[in-house]
Amino acid sequence: MLASISRRAILGIYALIIIIPLTVVGFGSFKSTQELFEGPFSLPRSLSPANYAEVIGGQDLGSSFWNSVIVTAVSVPVTLFIASLAGYAVSRLKGFVSWAIFGFLVLGMAIPAQANMVPLYVLFGRLGLLDNLQGLILANVVSTLPIAVFILGGFMRTLPKELYEASSIDGTGPWKTYASIALPLSTPSIAAAAIFLFVIHWNELLYPLLFIQSPGNRTLPLALLSFQGEFQTNYPLLFAGVMLASLPVVVAYIFLQRYFVAGITAGASKG
Amino acid sequence: MSTHTGMAAKRKAPDRRMESATKKRRSPTRVNPALYLFPLPAVAVIAFFLVMPTLQAFQYAVTDWNGFSAAFDYVGVDNFIRAFTKDSLFTNALTNNLKFVLLVVIAQTAFSLVLALLLTKNSRGGILLRALFFFPTILSSVSVAFIWKFIYDPNFGLANSVLGATGLQGLQGSYLGDSNQALYWVAVTQVWFHAGQMMVVYIAGLQSIPRELYEAAEMDGANKWQQFKSITWPFVAPATSIVVAYTTVQSFKAFDLILGIAGNPPKSSLDILSTRIYSTFANSEFGYAAAQSIIFMAMIALVTWIQRRLLRLTPKGE
Repeated sequence: MLASISRRAILGIYALIIIIPLTVVGFGSFKSTQELFEGPFSLPRSLSPANYAEVIGGQDLGSSFWNSVIVTAVSVPVTLFIASLAGYAVSRLKGFVSWAIFGFLVLGMAIPAQANMVPLYVLFGRLGLLDNLQGLILANVVSTLPIAVFILGGFMRTLPKELYEASSIDGTGPWKTYASIALPLSTPSIAAAAIFLFVIHWNELLYPLLFIQSPGNRTLPLALLSFQGEFQTNYPLLFAGVMLASLPVVVAYIFLQRYFVAGITAGASKG
Repeated sequence: MSTHTGMAAKRKAPDRRMESATKKRRSPTRVNPALYLFPLPAVAVIAFFLVMPTLQAFQYAVTDWNGFSAAFDYVGVDNFIRAFTKDSLFTNALTNNLKFVLLVVIAQTAFSLVLALLLTKNSRGGILLRALFFFPTILSSVSVAFIWKFIYDPNFGLANSVLGATGLQGLQGSYLGDSNQALYWVAVTQVWFHAGQMMVVYIAGLQSIPRELYEAAEMDGANKWQQFKSITWPFVAPATSIVVAYTTVQSFKAFDLILGIAGNPPKSSLDILSTRIYSTFANSEFGYAAAQSIIFMAMIALVTWIQRRLLRLTPKGE
Protein backbone atom coordinates (compact mmCIF):
# COMPACT_ATOMS: atom_id res chain seq x y z
CA MET A 1 0.00 0.00 0.00
CA LEU A 2 2.59 2.48 1.14
CA ALA A 3 4.91 1.28 -1.61
CA SER A 4 2.25 1.80 -4.24
CA ILE A 5 1.54 5.33 -3.00
CA SER A 6 5.17 6.34 -3.04
CA ARG A 7 5.59 4.70 -6.45
CA ARG A 8 2.76 6.82 -7.81
CA ALA A 9 4.11 9.92 -6.13
CA ILE A 10 7.59 9.54 -7.63
CA LEU A 11 6.28 8.79 -11.11
CA GLY A 12 3.65 11.53 -10.94
CA ILE A 13 6.04 14.21 -9.73
CA TYR A 14 8.67 13.35 -12.31
CA ALA A 15 6.04 13.31 -15.06
CA LEU A 16 5.08 16.84 -13.99
CA ILE A 17 8.73 17.94 -13.97
CA ILE A 18 8.86 16.95 -17.63
CA ILE A 19 5.39 18.01 -18.76
CA ILE A 20 5.24 21.43 -17.08
CA PRO A 21 8.39 22.96 -18.60
CA LEU A 22 7.51 21.61 -22.05
CA THR A 23 4.00 23.05 -21.82
CA VAL A 24 5.32 26.38 -20.61
CA VAL A 25 7.67 26.48 -23.60
CA GLY A 26 4.90 25.55 -26.04
CA PHE A 27 2.46 28.11 -24.65
CA GLY A 28 5.19 30.67 -24.10
CA SER A 29 6.23 30.63 -27.74
CA PHE A 30 2.91 32.39 -28.51
CA LYS A 31 3.12 34.95 -25.72
CA SER A 32 4.69 38.34 -25.28
CA THR A 33 7.45 38.63 -22.70
CA GLN A 34 5.12 40.39 -20.30
CA GLU A 35 2.38 37.82 -20.74
CA LEU A 36 4.85 35.01 -20.08
CA PHE A 37 6.18 36.56 -16.89
CA GLU A 38 2.71 37.37 -15.56
CA GLY A 39 1.36 33.87 -16.04
CA PRO A 40 3.83 31.27 -17.31
CA PHE A 41 1.30 28.44 -16.92
CA SER A 42 -1.73 30.11 -18.48
CA LEU A 43 -2.94 29.44 -21.98
CA PRO A 44 -1.72 32.06 -24.44
CA ARG A 45 -4.30 34.82 -24.97
CA SER A 46 -4.00 34.44 -28.70
CA LEU A 47 -2.20 32.08 -31.05
CA SER A 48 -0.32 34.99 -32.50
CA PRO A 49 2.55 33.76 -34.68
CA ALA A 50 4.50 36.97 -34.07
CA ASN A 51 7.42 35.22 -32.34
CA TYR A 52 7.66 32.62 -35.07
CA ALA A 53 7.53 35.26 -37.77
CA GLU A 54 10.29 37.13 -35.97
CA VAL A 55 12.64 34.15 -35.59
CA ILE A 56 11.97 32.71 -39.04
CA GLY A 57 12.02 35.94 -41.01
CA GLY A 58 13.67 38.57 -38.84
CA GLN A 59 16.35 36.33 -37.39
CA ASP A 60 16.67 34.15 -40.47
CA LEU A 61 16.03 30.90 -38.64
CA GLY A 62 14.23 29.80 -41.80
CA SER A 63 17.45 29.49 -43.75
CA SER A 64 19.15 27.77 -40.80
CA PHE A 65 16.28 25.32 -40.80
CA TRP A 66 16.94 24.44 -44.43
CA ASN A 67 20.65 24.16 -43.83
CA SER A 68 19.92 21.66 -41.07
CA VAL A 69 17.55 19.76 -43.35
CA ILE A 70 20.17 19.54 -46.11
CA VAL A 71 23.01 18.53 -43.80
CA THR A 72 20.93 15.87 -42.03
CA ALA A 73 19.29 14.58 -45.22
CA VAL A 74 22.69 13.96 -46.78
CA SER A 75 24.81 12.88 -43.83
CA VAL A 76 22.42 10.24 -42.45
CA PRO A 77 22.09 8.15 -45.65
CA VAL A 78 25.76 8.56 -46.52
CA THR A 79 26.82 7.35 -43.06
CA LEU A 80 24.38 4.44 -43.26
CA PHE A 81 25.58 3.45 -46.71
CA ILE A 82 29.29 3.46 -45.90
CA ALA A 83 28.69 1.78 -42.55
CA SER A 84 26.48 -0.93 -44.03
CA LEU A 85 29.10 -1.75 -46.67
CA ALA A 86 31.70 -2.14 -43.96
CA GLY A 87 29.29 -4.02 -41.71
CA TYR A 88 28.47 -6.41 -44.52
CA ALA A 89 32.13 -7.11 -45.27
CA VAL A 90 32.82 -7.68 -41.59
CA SER A 91 29.97 -10.17 -41.39
CA ARG A 92 31.23 -12.16 -44.36
CA LEU A 93 34.99 -12.04 -44.00
CA LYS A 94 36.53 -14.44 -41.56
CA GLY A 95 39.02 -14.58 -38.78
CA PHE A 96 41.61 -11.94 -38.17
CA VAL A 97 40.81 -9.73 -41.15
CA SER A 98 37.19 -9.34 -40.15
CA TRP A 99 38.16 -8.72 -36.54
CA ALA A 100 40.84 -6.19 -37.48
CA ILE A 101 38.59 -4.17 -39.79
CA PHE A 102 35.76 -4.09 -37.27
CA GLY A 103 38.13 -3.20 -34.45
CA PHE A 104 39.78 -0.42 -36.41
CA LEU A 105 36.46 1.15 -37.40
CA VAL A 106 34.83 0.82 -34.00
CA LEU A 107 37.84 2.04 -32.05
CA GLY A 108 36.97 5.52 -33.31
CA MET A 109 34.15 5.59 -30.75
CA ALA A 110 36.80 6.07 -28.09
CA ILE A 111 37.94 9.38 -29.62
CA PRO A 112 35.60 12.15 -28.49
CA ALA A 113 34.94 14.73 -31.20
CA GLN A 114 35.83 17.53 -28.83
CA ALA A 115 39.32 16.15 -28.40
CA ASN A 116 39.89 16.37 -32.14
CA MET A 117 38.78 19.91 -32.81
CA VAL A 118 42.16 21.50 -33.44
CA PRO A 119 43.61 19.04 -35.97
CA LEU A 120 40.24 18.61 -37.69
CA TYR A 121 39.88 22.37 -38.07
CA VAL A 122 43.36 22.59 -39.59
CA LEU A 123 42.71 19.69 -41.96
CA PHE A 124 39.31 21.02 -43.05
CA GLY A 125 40.87 24.44 -43.59
CA ARG A 126 43.42 22.95 -45.98
CA LEU A 127 40.68 21.10 -47.87
CA GLY A 128 38.47 24.17 -48.20
CA LEU A 129 35.77 22.63 -46.04
CA LEU A 130 35.35 25.46 -43.56
CA ASP A 131 32.26 27.62 -43.67
CA ASN A 132 30.25 25.42 -45.99
CA LEU A 133 27.71 22.66 -45.61
CA GLN A 134 29.91 20.01 -47.26
CA GLY A 135 32.33 20.29 -44.36
CA LEU A 136 29.54 19.81 -41.84
CA ILE A 137 28.27 16.77 -43.72
CA LEU A 138 31.72 15.19 -43.82
CA ALA A 139 32.31 15.91 -40.13
CA ASN A 140 28.99 14.28 -39.25
CA VAL A 141 29.84 11.21 -41.30
CA VAL A 142 33.28 10.89 -39.71
CA SER A 143 32.08 11.32 -36.15
CA THR A 144 29.21 8.83 -36.33
CA LEU A 145 30.67 6.22 -38.68
CA PRO A 146 32.23 4.14 -35.86
CA ILE A 147 28.98 3.83 -33.92
CA ALA A 148 27.03 3.12 -37.13
CA VAL A 149 29.45 0.32 -38.03
CA PHE A 150 29.11 -0.97 -34.49
CA ILE A 151 25.31 -1.12 -34.71
CA LEU A 152 25.01 -2.40 -38.29
CA GLY A 153 28.04 -4.70 -38.27
CA GLY A 154 26.97 -6.13 -34.94
CA PHE A 155 23.54 -6.90 -36.36
CA MET A 156 24.72 -8.30 -39.69
CA ARG A 157 27.06 -10.69 -37.93
CA THR A 158 24.03 -12.34 -36.36
CA LEU A 159 22.38 -13.04 -39.73
CA PRO A 160 22.56 -16.78 -40.54
CA LYS A 161 25.53 -17.48 -42.78
CA GLU A 162 23.55 -20.09 -44.71
CA LEU A 163 21.61 -17.32 -46.44
CA TYR A 164 24.81 -15.91 -47.88
CA GLU A 165 26.19 -19.30 -48.78
CA ALA A 166 23.07 -20.29 -50.70
CA SER A 167 23.32 -17.18 -52.80
CA SER A 168 27.04 -17.51 -53.45
CA ILE A 169 26.55 -21.06 -54.70
CA ASP A 170 24.16 -19.57 -57.21
CA GLY A 171 27.12 -17.56 -58.38
CA THR A 172 25.80 -14.20 -57.18
CA GLY A 173 28.46 -11.56 -56.59
CA PRO A 174 28.89 -9.88 -53.22
CA TRP A 175 27.30 -6.65 -54.39
CA LYS A 176 24.09 -8.43 -55.30
CA THR A 177 24.11 -10.40 -52.05
CA TYR A 178 24.62 -7.18 -50.12
CA ALA A 179 21.78 -5.38 -51.86
CA SER A 180 19.27 -8.20 -52.10
CA ILE A 181 19.92 -10.21 -48.93
CA ALA A 182 21.95 -8.36 -46.31
CA LEU A 183 20.25 -4.96 -46.57
CA PRO A 184 16.62 -6.11 -46.57
CA LEU A 185 17.25 -8.46 -43.66
CA SER A 186 18.94 -5.69 -41.69
CA THR A 187 16.02 -3.29 -41.94
CA PRO A 188 15.35 -3.19 -38.17
CA SER A 189 18.91 -2.26 -37.29
CA ILE A 190 19.15 0.18 -40.20
CA ALA A 191 15.98 1.91 -39.01
CA ALA A 192 17.33 2.09 -35.47
CA ALA A 193 20.68 3.42 -36.64
CA ALA A 194 18.97 5.92 -38.96
CA ILE A 195 16.98 7.37 -36.08
CA PHE A 196 20.05 7.51 -33.87
CA LEU A 197 22.03 9.33 -36.56
CA PHE A 198 19.13 11.63 -37.36
CA VAL A 199 18.93 12.85 -33.77
CA ILE A 200 22.71 13.33 -33.50
CA HIS A 201 23.14 15.06 -36.86
CA TRP A 202 20.10 17.27 -36.45
CA ASN A 203 21.24 18.45 -33.01
CA GLU A 204 24.96 18.71 -33.77
CA LEU A 205 26.49 21.91 -32.42
CA LEU A 206 30.25 21.48 -32.17
CA TYR A 207 31.14 21.32 -35.86
CA PRO A 208 28.96 24.24 -36.95
CA LEU A 209 30.43 26.25 -34.09
CA LEU A 210 33.96 25.37 -35.20
CA PHE A 211 33.58 25.68 -38.95
CA ILE A 212 30.80 28.12 -39.82
CA GLN A 213 31.44 31.85 -40.06
CA SER A 214 28.71 33.22 -42.33
CA PRO A 215 25.27 33.55 -40.71
CA GLY A 216 23.74 32.19 -43.95
CA ASN A 217 25.49 28.85 -43.42
CA ARG A 218 24.39 28.30 -39.85
CA THR A 219 22.46 25.22 -38.86
CA LEU A 220 19.62 25.44 -36.33
CA PRO A 221 21.53 24.64 -33.13
CA LEU A 222 24.20 27.22 -33.97
CA ALA A 223 21.60 29.84 -34.90
CA LEU A 224 19.80 29.13 -31.62
CA LEU A 225 23.01 29.48 -29.67
CA SER A 226 23.61 32.88 -31.20
CA PHE A 227 20.17 33.93 -29.87
CA GLN A 228 21.36 33.39 -26.37
CA GLY A 229 23.57 36.43 -26.35
CA GLU A 230 21.20 38.66 -28.30
CA PHE A 231 17.94 37.97 -26.50
CA GLN A 232 19.10 37.41 -22.96
CA THR A 233 15.63 37.33 -21.43
CA ASN A 234 13.35 37.46 -24.43
CA TYR A 235 12.18 33.96 -23.57
CA PRO A 236 9.14 33.83 -25.90
CA LEU A 237 11.49 34.35 -28.84
CA LEU A 238 13.91 31.70 -27.56
CA PHE A 239 10.95 29.35 -27.06
CA ALA A 240 9.75 29.84 -30.64
CA GLY A 241 13.27 28.92 -31.72
CA VAL A 242 13.24 25.84 -29.48
CA MET A 243 9.88 24.76 -30.91
CA LEU A 244 11.12 25.13 -34.45
CA ALA A 245 14.37 23.28 -33.78
CA SER A 246 12.55 20.42 -32.03
CA LEU A 247 9.62 20.04 -34.41
CA PRO A 248 11.01 17.47 -36.88
CA VAL A 249 12.48 15.28 -34.15
CA VAL A 250 9.31 15.42 -32.07
CA VAL A 251 7.09 14.54 -35.03
CA ALA A 252 9.37 11.63 -35.88
CA TYR A 253 9.33 10.53 -32.23
CA ILE A 254 5.55 10.41 -32.14
CA PHE A 255 5.36 8.15 -35.17
CA LEU A 256 8.53 6.09 -34.86
CA GLN A 257 8.88 5.81 -31.11
CA ARG A 258 9.86 2.15 -31.17
CA TYR A 259 12.84 2.84 -33.39
CA PHE A 260 13.90 5.79 -31.30
CA VAL A 261 14.15 3.71 -28.18
CA ALA A 262 15.89 0.89 -30.05
CA GLY A 263 18.28 3.20 -31.88
CA ILE A 264 19.28 5.46 -29.05
CA THR A 265 19.64 2.52 -26.72
CA ALA A 266 21.77 0.66 -29.25
CA GLY A 267 23.92 3.76 -29.38
CA ALA A 268 24.13 3.81 -25.61
CA SER A 269 25.16 0.20 -25.19
CA LYS A 270 28.41 0.87 -26.96
CA GLY A 271 30.18 0.89 -23.58
CA MET B 1 31.43 -8.16 -28.52
CA SER B 2 32.43 -11.37 -26.84
CA THR B 3 29.21 -12.99 -28.09
CA HIS B 4 30.22 -12.31 -31.67
CA THR B 5 33.61 -13.90 -31.36
CA GLY B 6 31.97 -16.82 -29.58
CA MET B 7 29.61 -17.37 -32.45
CA ALA B 8 32.37 -17.01 -35.00
CA ALA B 9 34.36 -19.68 -33.20
CA LYS B 10 31.41 -22.07 -33.16
CA ARG B 11 30.88 -21.64 -36.89
CA LYS B 12 34.48 -22.18 -37.76
CA ALA B 13 34.45 -25.93 -37.25
CA PRO B 14 31.85 -26.96 -39.84
CA ASP B 15 33.26 -24.41 -42.27
CA ARG B 16 36.63 -26.05 -42.17
CA ARG B 17 35.18 -29.47 -42.87
CA MET B 18 33.31 -28.13 -45.87
CA GLU B 19 36.41 -26.43 -47.15
CA SER B 20 38.47 -29.61 -47.14
CA ALA B 21 35.67 -31.59 -48.77
CA THR B 22 35.38 -29.15 -51.64
CA LYS B 23 39.00 -28.19 -51.91
CA LYS B 24 39.44 -29.47 -55.41
CA ARG B 25 36.50 -27.59 -56.80
CA ARG B 26 36.21 -23.86 -56.15
CA SER B 27 34.93 -23.69 -52.63
CA PRO B 28 31.54 -21.97 -52.48
CA THR B 29 32.32 -20.63 -49.02
CA ARG B 30 35.56 -19.01 -50.15
CA VAL B 31 35.60 -15.29 -49.81
CA ASN B 32 35.07 -13.39 -53.02
CA PRO B 33 38.00 -10.95 -53.34
CA ALA B 34 35.58 -8.17 -54.26
CA LEU B 35 34.43 -8.32 -50.67
CA TYR B 36 37.63 -6.60 -49.60
CA LEU B 37 36.50 -3.47 -51.45
CA PHE B 38 33.42 -3.09 -49.27
CA PRO B 39 35.04 -1.74 -46.10
CA LEU B 40 37.40 0.53 -48.04
CA PRO B 41 35.31 3.74 -47.94
CA ALA B 42 34.81 3.42 -44.19
CA VAL B 43 38.44 2.57 -43.53
CA ALA B 44 39.62 5.48 -45.69
CA VAL B 45 37.30 7.98 -43.99
CA ILE B 46 38.29 6.85 -40.49
CA ALA B 47 42.00 6.71 -41.30
CA PHE B 48 42.14 10.11 -42.94
CA PHE B 49 39.68 12.12 -40.87
CA LEU B 50 39.80 10.47 -37.46
CA VAL B 51 43.02 8.55 -36.86
CA MET B 52 45.34 10.92 -38.67
CA PRO B 53 44.02 14.05 -36.94
CA THR B 54 44.25 12.31 -33.58
CA LEU B 55 47.88 11.45 -34.19
CA GLN B 56 48.46 14.99 -35.38
CA ALA B 57 47.08 16.31 -32.10
CA PHE B 58 50.07 14.72 -30.40
CA GLN B 59 52.39 16.53 -32.77
CA TYR B 60 50.71 19.92 -32.29
CA ALA B 61 50.68 19.40 -28.54
CA VAL B 62 54.45 19.78 -28.27
CA THR B 63 54.53 23.04 -30.24
CA ASP B 64 53.58 26.65 -29.63
CA TRP B 65 51.79 26.89 -32.99
CA ASN B 66 49.18 29.64 -33.21
CA GLY B 67 47.31 28.02 -36.10
CA PHE B 68 48.21 30.56 -38.76
CA SER B 69 51.89 31.40 -38.97
CA ALA B 70 54.18 29.04 -40.83
CA ALA B 71 56.79 29.18 -38.08
CA PHE B 72 56.50 27.54 -34.70
CA ASP B 73 58.79 26.04 -32.13
CA TYR B 74 58.83 22.67 -30.50
CA VAL B 75 58.39 23.25 -26.81
CA GLY B 76 58.38 19.66 -25.56
CA VAL B 77 56.08 19.04 -22.63
CA ASP B 78 55.83 22.73 -21.73
CA ASN B 79 52.16 22.86 -22.73
CA PHE B 80 51.36 20.01 -20.36
CA ILE B 81 53.33 21.59 -17.52
CA ARG B 82 51.57 24.88 -18.16
CA ALA B 83 48.14 23.22 -18.05
CA PHE B 84 48.70 21.63 -14.66
CA THR B 85 50.86 24.20 -12.90
CA LYS B 86 50.45 27.66 -14.40
CA ASP B 87 46.97 27.82 -15.85
CA SER B 88 44.32 28.22 -13.18
CA LEU B 89 41.64 28.41 -15.87
CA PHE B 90 42.54 24.91 -16.96
CA THR B 91 42.79 23.37 -13.50
CA ASN B 92 39.48 25.03 -12.64
CA ALA B 93 37.84 23.47 -15.70
CA LEU B 94 39.37 20.11 -14.84
CA THR B 95 38.07 20.25 -11.27
CA ASN B 96 34.63 21.36 -12.42
CA ASN B 97 34.52 18.59 -15.00
CA LEU B 98 35.48 15.84 -12.57
CA LYS B 99 32.97 17.14 -10.04
CA PHE B 100 30.28 17.32 -12.72
CA VAL B 101 30.98 13.78 -13.93
CA LEU B 102 30.90 12.39 -10.41
CA LEU B 103 27.62 14.15 -9.58
CA VAL B 104 25.88 13.17 -12.79
CA VAL B 105 27.09 9.57 -12.82
CA ILE B 106 25.89 8.92 -9.27
CA ALA B 107 22.60 10.80 -9.63
CA GLN B 108 21.73 9.56 -13.10
CA THR B 109 22.59 5.93 -12.45
CA ALA B 110 20.57 5.85 -9.23
CA PHE B 111 17.63 7.77 -10.59
CA SER B 112 17.36 5.89 -13.87
CA LEU B 113 17.45 2.61 -11.93
CA VAL B 114 14.64 3.83 -9.67
CA LEU B 115 12.54 4.81 -12.69
CA ALA B 116 13.25 1.48 -14.36
CA LEU B 117 12.29 -0.47 -11.23
CA LEU B 118 9.01 1.42 -11.05
CA LEU B 119 8.28 0.88 -14.73
CA THR B 120 9.55 -2.65 -15.39
CA LYS B 121 6.10 -4.05 -16.09
CA ASN B 122 4.69 -3.50 -19.57
CA SER B 123 1.39 -1.98 -18.43
CA ARG B 124 -0.24 0.59 -20.68
CA GLY B 125 0.33 3.47 -18.28
CA GLY B 126 3.89 2.34 -17.72
CA ILE B 127 4.66 2.34 -21.43
CA LEU B 128 3.21 5.83 -21.74
CA LEU B 129 5.33 7.11 -18.85
CA ARG B 130 8.46 5.50 -20.32
CA ALA B 131 7.83 7.34 -23.57
CA LEU B 132 7.41 10.58 -21.63
CA PHE B 133 10.55 10.12 -19.52
CA PHE B 134 12.56 9.24 -22.60
CA PHE B 135 11.37 12.30 -24.47
CA PRO B 136 13.93 14.93 -23.31
CA THR B 137 16.78 12.81 -24.75
CA ILE B 138 15.73 13.57 -28.30
CA LEU B 139 15.86 17.35 -27.87
CA SER B 140 18.93 19.34 -28.80
CA SER B 141 21.19 20.41 -25.96
CA VAL B 142 20.66 24.05 -26.84
CA SER B 143 16.89 23.61 -26.56
CA VAL B 144 17.22 21.91 -23.19
CA ALA B 145 19.59 24.66 -22.08
CA PHE B 146 17.05 27.36 -22.98
CA ILE B 147 14.20 25.57 -21.23
CA TRP B 148 16.25 25.31 -18.05
CA LYS B 149 17.58 28.83 -18.30
CA PHE B 150 13.98 29.91 -17.94
CA ILE B 151 13.32 27.49 -15.08
CA TYR B 152 16.36 28.86 -13.25
CA ASP B 153 15.84 32.53 -14.07
CA PRO B 154 16.04 34.20 -10.64
CA ASN B 155 13.50 36.94 -11.42
CA PHE B 156 10.92 35.43 -13.74
CA GLY B 157 11.84 31.75 -13.70
CA LEU B 158 9.56 28.78 -13.20
CA ALA B 159 11.33 27.36 -10.16
CA ASN B 160 11.01 30.54 -8.14
CA SER B 161 7.42 31.16 -9.27
CA VAL B 162 6.38 27.66 -8.21
CA LEU B 163 8.14 28.05 -4.87
CA GLY B 164 6.56 31.47 -4.40
CA ALA B 165 3.07 30.24 -5.24
CA THR B 166 3.32 27.32 -2.81
CA GLY B 167 4.50 29.47 0.06
CA LEU B 168 8.07 28.21 -0.06
CA GLN B 169 9.71 31.58 -0.68
CA GLY B 170 12.48 30.55 1.69
CA LEU B 171 13.74 28.02 -0.83
CA GLN B 172 13.94 30.48 -3.72
CA GLY B 173 17.43 30.93 -5.04
CA SER B 174 19.47 32.43 -7.80
CA TYR B 175 20.53 29.01 -9.16
CA LEU B 176 22.97 29.57 -12.02
CA GLY B 177 23.72 33.04 -10.69
CA ASP B 178 25.25 31.55 -7.55
CA SER B 179 28.72 30.44 -8.56
CA ASN B 180 28.91 27.96 -5.67
CA GLN B 181 25.79 26.15 -6.85
CA ALA B 182 25.71 26.67 -10.61
CA LEU B 183 27.43 23.39 -11.44
CA TYR B 184 24.94 21.42 -9.32
CA TRP B 185 21.99 22.95 -11.12
CA VAL B 186 23.47 22.14 -14.50
CA ALA B 187 23.96 18.57 -13.24
CA VAL B 188 20.23 18.45 -12.43
CA THR B 189 19.50 19.57 -15.98
CA GLN B 190 21.81 16.93 -17.39
CA VAL B 191 20.04 14.19 -15.40
CA TRP B 192 16.63 15.45 -16.57
CA PHE B 193 18.01 15.41 -20.11
CA HIS B 194 19.26 11.80 -20.17
CA ALA B 195 17.87 9.78 -17.24
CA GLY B 196 15.04 8.46 -19.45
CA GLN B 197 17.53 7.09 -21.94
CA MET B 198 19.42 5.21 -19.23
CA MET B 199 16.11 4.04 -17.74
CA VAL B 200 15.46 2.20 -21.01
CA VAL B 201 18.81 0.43 -20.75
CA TYR B 202 17.95 -0.62 -17.20
CA ILE B 203 14.45 -1.80 -18.12
CA ALA B 204 15.93 -4.12 -20.75
CA GLY B 205 18.25 -5.51 -18.06
CA LEU B 206 15.49 -5.88 -15.48
CA GLN B 207 13.11 -7.64 -17.85
CA SER B 208 15.70 -10.32 -18.53
CA ILE B 209 15.74 -11.43 -14.86
CA PRO B 210 13.83 -14.71 -14.49
CA ARG B 211 10.70 -14.18 -12.37
CA GLU B 212 11.09 -17.52 -10.64
CA LEU B 213 14.03 -16.12 -8.72
CA TYR B 214 11.80 -13.55 -7.02
CA GLU B 215 9.11 -16.14 -6.39
CA ALA B 216 11.62 -18.46 -4.77
CA ALA B 217 13.06 -15.61 -2.70
CA GLU B 218 9.57 -14.63 -1.61
CA MET B 219 8.90 -18.17 -0.43
CA ASP B 220 12.12 -18.11 1.55
CA GLY B 221 10.77 -15.01 3.25
CA ALA B 222 13.22 -12.52 1.75
CA ASN B 223 11.98 -8.93 1.98
CA LYS B 224 12.06 -6.46 -0.93
CA TRP B 225 15.39 -4.99 0.05
CA GLN B 226 17.01 -8.42 0.35
CA GLN B 227 15.57 -9.37 -3.03
CA PHE B 228 16.98 -6.22 -4.56
CA LYS B 229 20.38 -6.80 -3.00
CA SER B 230 20.79 -10.43 -3.90
CA ILE B 231 18.83 -10.75 -7.15
CA THR B 232 18.19 -7.44 -8.91
CA TRP B 233 21.50 -5.65 -8.34
CA PRO B 234 23.80 -8.52 -9.37
CA PHE B 235 21.61 -9.30 -12.37
CA VAL B 236 21.56 -5.75 -13.68
CA ALA B 237 25.34 -5.38 -13.25
CA PRO B 238 25.93 -5.47 -17.03
CA ALA B 239 23.32 -2.73 -17.49
CA THR B 240 24.93 -0.73 -14.69
CA SER B 241 28.31 -0.83 -16.34
CA ILE B 242 26.78 0.36 -19.63
CA VAL B 243 24.90 3.15 -17.88
CA VAL B 244 27.93 4.28 -15.90
CA ALA B 245 30.30 4.19 -18.87
CA TYR B 246 27.89 6.00 -21.15
CA THR B 247 26.94 8.61 -18.58
CA THR B 248 30.60 9.29 -17.91
CA VAL B 249 31.44 10.00 -21.52
CA GLN B 250 28.20 11.94 -21.94
CA SER B 251 28.93 14.21 -18.98
CA PHE B 252 32.56 14.73 -19.99
CA LYS B 253 31.16 16.02 -23.26
CA ALA B 254 28.39 18.26 -21.90
CA PHE B 255 29.83 20.99 -24.13
CA ASP B 256 26.59 21.95 -25.93
CA LEU B 257 24.55 22.08 -22.75
CA ILE B 258 27.09 24.27 -20.95
CA LEU B 259 27.42 26.70 -23.87
CA GLY B 260 23.64 26.91 -24.21
CA ILE B 261 22.96 27.47 -20.54
CA ALA B 262 25.99 29.55 -19.59
CA GLY B 263 26.85 31.35 -22.83
CA ASN B 264 30.03 31.28 -24.86
CA PRO B 265 32.53 31.46 -23.26
CA PRO B 266 30.96 30.20 -20.00
CA LYS B 267 31.82 31.84 -16.72
CA SER B 268 34.50 30.07 -14.75
CA SER B 269 32.14 28.29 -12.38
CA LEU B 270 30.65 26.41 -15.34
CA ASP B 271 33.76 25.97 -17.45
CA ILE B 272 34.52 22.30 -18.20
CA LEU B 273 37.36 20.73 -20.18
CA SER B 274 35.69 20.75 -23.59
CA THR B 275 34.59 24.39 -23.27
CA ARG B 276 38.09 25.32 -22.06
CA ILE B 277 39.69 23.57 -25.05
CA TYR B 278 37.33 25.47 -27.31
CA SER B 279 38.22 28.80 -25.70
CA THR B 280 41.94 28.07 -25.98
CA PHE B 281 41.43 27.13 -29.61
CA ALA B 282 39.34 30.26 -30.28
CA ASN B 283 42.20 32.21 -28.71
CA SER B 284 44.47 30.88 -31.48
CA GLU B 285 46.61 28.80 -29.14
CA PHE B 286 46.43 25.69 -31.29
CA GLY B 287 49.41 23.91 -29.79
CA TYR B 288 48.20 24.45 -26.25
CA ALA B 289 44.61 23.49 -27.14
CA ALA B 290 45.90 20.24 -28.64
CA ALA B 291 47.77 19.48 -25.42
CA GLN B 292 44.59 20.13 -23.44
CA SER B 293 42.70 17.78 -25.78
CA ILE B 294 45.15 15.02 -25.03
CA ILE B 295 44.74 15.54 -21.28
CA PHE B 296 40.98 15.47 -21.89
CA MET B 297 41.17 12.10 -23.67
CA ALA B 298 43.45 10.74 -20.99
CA MET B 299 41.01 11.85 -18.28
CA ILE B 300 38.09 10.06 -19.95
CA ALA B 301 40.19 6.91 -20.30
CA LEU B 302 41.37 7.13 -16.69
CA VAL B 303 37.93 7.67 -15.18
CA THR B 304 36.45 4.90 -17.32
CA TRP B 305 39.22 2.54 -16.22
CA ILE B 306 38.71 3.35 -12.53
CA GLN B 307 34.97 2.75 -12.88
CA ARG B 308 35.45 -0.59 -14.57
CA ARG B 309 37.69 -1.68 -11.73
CA LEU B 310 35.20 -0.53 -9.12
CA LEU B 311 32.25 -2.17 -10.85
CA ARG B 312 34.15 -5.40 -11.22
CA LEU B 313 34.84 -5.38 -7.50
CA THR B 314 31.26 -4.88 -6.30
CA PRO B 315 29.51 -7.94 -7.78
CA LYS B 316 32.35 -10.16 -6.59
CA GLY B 317 31.93 -8.80 -3.09
CA GLU B 318 28.30 -9.94 -2.99
